[in-house]
Amino acid sequence: MENTKTNAVEMKNVTKTFGSVVANHDVNLTLRTGEILALLGENGSGKTTLMNMLSGIYFPDHGEIYIHGKEVSIRSPKDAFALGIGMIHQHFKLVDVLTAAENIVLGLPGGATINRKLLSQKIRDISQKYGFDIDPDKKIYQMSVSEKQTVEIIKVLYRGAGILILDEPTAVLTPQETEKLFRVLRAMKDDNKAIIIITHKLHEVLSVSDRVAILRKGEYIDTVETGKATQQSLTEMMVGHSVSLSIDRPEGIPKKDCLKVHSLTCINSDGVKKLDQVSFDAFGGEILGVAGIAGSGQKELCEALTGLYPVKGGSILFHNEVDGHLVDENLVGKSPDEIIKKGISMAFVPEDRLGMGLVASLDMVDNIMLKNYRQNSGPFVDRETPKKTAERLIEELQIVTPGVHTPIRRLSGGNVQKVLLGREIECSPQLLIVAYPARGLDINSSYTVYDLLNQQKKKGVAVIFIGEDLDVLLEISDRLLVLCGGQVSGIVDPRTTSKEEIGLMMVHVGDQNKENQANLQKERKEAATHE
Amino acid sequence: MSKEIREHQEPFVRMVKRASIEPKKAWLIRGIALLGAIITGGLLILTLGHNPFEVYASMVQGAFGKKIAIQETVKLTIPLLITGIGISLAFKMRFWNIGAEGQILAGAIAASSIAIYFDHLPHAIVLILMGLAAFIAGGIYGMIPAFFKAKWNTNETLFTLMMNYIALQFVIFLEHQASWQDSRSTFPKVRMFTDTARLPKVFGVHIGWIIALIIVVAAFIYLTKTKHGYEISVVGESANTARYAGMNVRRILVRTMFLSAALAGLVGFLQVSGSDGTLTETTAGGVGFTAITVAWLGHMNPFAMVVVSLFIAMLERGSNSIQTSHNIPASAADLLTGLILFFMLGCEFFINYKLIFRGSRKEEANG
Repeated sequence: MENTKTNAVEMKNVTKTFGSVVANHDVNLTLRTGEILALLGENGSGKTTLMNMLSGIYFPDHGEIYIHGKEVSIRSPKDAFALGIGMIHQHFKLVDVLTAAENIVLGLPGGATINRKLLSQKIRDISQKYGFDIDPDKKIYQMSVSEKQTVEIIKVLYRGAGILILDEPTAVLTPQETEKLFRVLRAMKDDNKAIIIITHKLHEVLSVSDRVAILRKGEYIDTVETGKATQQSLTEMMVGHSVSLSIDRPEGIPKKDCLKVHSLTCINSDGVKKLDQVSFDAFGGEILGVAGIAGSGQKELCEALTGLYPVKGGSILFHNEVDGHLVDENLVGKSPDEIIKKGISMAFVPEDRLGMGLVASLDMVDNIMLKNYRQNSGPFVDRETPKKTAERLIEELQIVTPGVHTPIRRLSGGNVQKVLLGREIECSPQLLIVAYPARGLDINSSYTVYDLLNQQKKKGVAVIFIGEDLDVLLEISDRLLVLCGGQVSGIVDPRTTSKEEIGLMMVHVGDQNKENQANLQKERKEAATHE
Repeated sequence: MSKEIREHQEPFVRMVKRASIEPKKAWLIRGIALLGAIITGGLLILTLGHNPFEVYASMVQGAFGKKIAIQETVKLTIPLLITGIGISLAFKMRFWNIGAEGQILAGAIAASSIAIYFDHLPHAIVLILMGLAAFIAGGIYGMIPAFFKAKWNTNETLFTLMMNYIALQFVIFLEHQASWQDSRSTFPKVRMFTDTARLPKVFGVHIGWIIALIIVVAAFIYLTKTKHGYEISVVGESANTARYAGMNVRRILVRTMFLSAALAGLVGFLQVSGSDGTLTETTAGGVGFTAITVAWLGHMNPFAMVVVSLFIAMLERGSNSIQTSHNIPASAADLLTGLILFFMLGCEFFINYKLIFRGSRKEEANG
């Protein structure tokens, strides 16, 4: 049995509906032992739902699941464990104040005491076998994202799982960490484990998997051998028609001053420095990309610029025209309404679209007027103007909605983002800050968003693009700022920089940064003396 | 691989949250719940040895049978309705104001002090002063926890609850003040107001019912048409979004809580001046808590709250009347009221969730 490849998992005609939404319709999936299967599909295509049924979180409406050839019914995560199925979720489920080893045995049956020595030894054995790099006695809160992921994987292996499901494991990793993870996955594959990896990054699919199963809008499309697939062929199966995969970068647009950030420092409520001496310029007519591992200060940077996060030190100078005079307004210490009153038009598409940018239960009209409902005089709100704006946006951006009075939460992710971005562009901003604008969107919507950003750039707007997909950032940005632990580890030209170089900068603030910052300061001094 | 979970069997019953529900279906569920409540209540009445039909009939009779019964029911409805609307303002903002009881008393105390000390002024002026004093006193009483919440993020539930007891104790203190008592009596009781401090009646009920209807319409317009109302719905959904939109969340919180509590304060005035004619420990009488049920069952909609408060007032009147007409003990009558409310509140669960039973999935797949 060691070397013959048997079917570890077989799902037949599995269907799952949520209300009127069909998340999975008659899906068939086969996973062999000793292989890595990539589950590919756009957001909302039902990948996670399918895997949640395998790990006991959801129960299928109908269809059969066979594990090692036997029909089973998986009613809870406990059942899944008993069958040797382990899922590593996108959001880690670890206890911060406990050590790696404690987290690994948490919830397992056993006596009241833990034999720590034996436990640590066992964890080291697993680590050695597959090439993990982990200290069992390190506390979770001291760990990097990649280490936490390692703990999650070991947790599953420790429980003896033979079938592993990883839900978008690379979304939070740097290119180097991703490579390391893939080495581990290959080692597990050689040990005859069956692995499913959910992802929508095509080059990763091609580099790590043996076969690819493709879902589209809840329907099972096909399973193909990775060796016979290309990025283009996979995309076509995933989207249903051919698409161009390159992103435009219009060149030669005149630049003008817009924003000068100098030594910006922010401290959170626990006294931890979230931004440390951040300095950069943003010019009208260009897209400034911001890269970094999740939680490197991106959120704080956006919110500090828009007056939503308290600033400890430094300055944010906005180049503004007041009665024909050009002045640099310092925005530090001003609240969002004070910034609006200053006549500074800044647009911000936050990361948390429904928790910050929009009100989920209100309709499109009420959401469109969120920022300018105060404009008319008198105690009553004017819903006529925003209604017209909403109707126009629906047409211009091809927003799919039953009507302007449908609550925003009923719309799909792509349409929600179009409403938000549409509203922000509507106020003709000088500065547009977008955080993860394509997260969770399908390919078509993503490209609509990139087009909109390029249009704004051509109009002379300064765009700050906070992103997570390095491929996209490298293609669309005019300059790329890399954050690492709240510090600027460099501002580079994406035309001449490789992904690996940026990966290094994401985890390490090098000397290059100090040089850059020194240069920036020198330039500023010179500029000041010239004036 | 030997446990029984290997058997092909799905769980007996599962809960699924509904994405949305057609209004027709929601009303059907409510109708079934009401029917269920009536049947269960009927069984209870049977075990007590009475005819359920007769008892139910006498409940309705007690609430709406005679002109005076209707007047009494309306009198009970007024405070429930206005307080419910007040509470809903705060609840829409996710500020859990359970201190309406104290806010009613604060308003009642302020109104009573005008009635006690200024009853030599003309009738209309006394009434206007009483109303204003109650409105402001109730509002300020509710603003205190809102201010602390905005400034130091204190827990409003505990804060408002505790303030109920302070108000109640203050009423008892006033009852012991000689200047507030009847000069011919030493019994600890606030004296009856003179006619200058009493609200006039229209159709046999004090004019509070007209005020209540005005408030219903005003609250509806305030919530749906004004900038303030818009701000309340944004803050209630997400304080982060409100900050992002440039709203001053603290100010909105304190302002809305003032209005919420001011309406409760106004109820205090209507109770002392219209209903009771004096201030007692039972002036609020649990209205502040029952109004929470009104607000929830009415889904924070002022018009729906008219129906709900009338329904609850009817239950209360009805259960009083069966105590006398059928000799049903007060506790059993309350049990009956509780049963009906339990079913009505419980059915909201079935409106939000649906249950899927084992074996039902075949039909579902076909349909």
